[in-house]
Amino acid sequence: MADREPIILALCCHYCAYAAADLAGSMRIQYPESVRVLRLPCTGRVEINHLLLAFEYGADGVIVAGCLEGGCHFLEGNVRARRRVERAKKILAEIGLEPERLEMYNLSSGEGGRFAQIVTEMAERISRLGLSPLHSNRLHQERELGGRIIQEEAIPQGETK
Amino acid sequence: MIVADRKKVPEIRDMIKDHSRVLLVGCGTCVTVCLAGGERETGILGSALRMALRLIGRGNVVVDECTIERQCENAFIDLLAPRVKPYDAICSLGCGAGVQALADRFPNTTVYPGVNTQFIGILEAPGVWTEKCAACGNCRLGEFVGICPITRCAKRLLNGPCAGSRDGKCEIVAERDCAWQLIYDRACALGVLEQFARIAEPHDWSTASDGGPRKVIREDQCIAGLGPKA
Repeated sequence: MADREPIILALCCHYCAYAAADLAGSMRIQYPESVRVLRLPCTGRVEINHLLLAFEYGADGVIVAGCLEGGCHFLEGNVRARRRVERAKKILAEIGLEPERLEMYNLSSGEGGRFAQIVTEMAERISRLGLSPLHSNRLHQERELGGRIIQEEAIPQGETK
Repeated sequence: MIVADRKKVPEIRDMIKDHSRVLLVGCGTCVTVCLAGGERETGILGSALRMALRLIGRGNVVVDECTIERQCENAFIDLLAPRVKPYDAICSLGCGAGVQALADRFPNTTVYPGVNTQFIGILEAPGVWTEKCAACGNCRLGEFVGICPITRCAKRLLNGPCAGSRDGKCEIVAERDCAWQLIYDRACALGVLEQFARIAEPHDWSTASDGGPRKVIREDQCIAGLGPKA
């Protein structure tokens, strides 16, 4: 495909997808090694800027995996996450990046096989779309440009960052 | 509050792409509440713009973000001043007043708008904002039982509905309530329907914005000796 392996970030709810990923490991189910699992207390913790930052920092694909609808431990965190994912997909389309690189899934903690299937599906999708044109070491790039000196300055009182 | 919505990312990208350092400035007041230009939306736009610029080969443009409490007040803009110096452009996510206040305060820095200011309105339902006030400068809500026909009637009628009022809805936009139906229902409920037997006077538009920018002056609040700022 290219000179590097793709990076897929999987934002996984502690109560379902993360446990399913664990189960997939216990069951010795193989899934693409390109996935990086990040555990969240609930997918409702995901904000649109988290999703965009993942792409900005070089992710080729992002999976948000939450509980089955109606099964969220925080009532509606997964429903909110789905709306945010939809909004983030629109922003990706606006800037010219394929919105298919981002997807929301729902699964239960007992679905180790489905977790592997989801990751495989996204890996195949990324393989079809190609690597993200945004991939680069952003921090390294900024250092080359002289750094974001502004951020290091003290923020005046009363101003938020 | 003032309601705005964010401009499309490509429009903002094209405005700022020829600059080298751009500061996105969010506002912590109205545009935060209407989810157009607060701290969170500024962060989202910053990320989207950096990616959009990289995708057109302008990844060298530095885009940073910050949010101040209120862009329409100099006391808060002063807090921003130390941060603006290294940037050659600002993109304000404040309303039109905020953008102009920043342009006024930073004469040597290009200032762009990041949102389209829409109207004075309220949050009607989660994610839905509706216009309620046209800021005409001559409030007559007392005559119309608290429902403004100037803002909420598509034809700005002051003496009852037009023939396009159907089942309480407006003929211009089918899902919009007819302002005069609302006024009638409320007047009935309040028992003041008879006040509408009197013809409402034509509206005095001399206080509206047609005569150029307006000003409100409170002499007792002006700094002694300086008078109202010209």
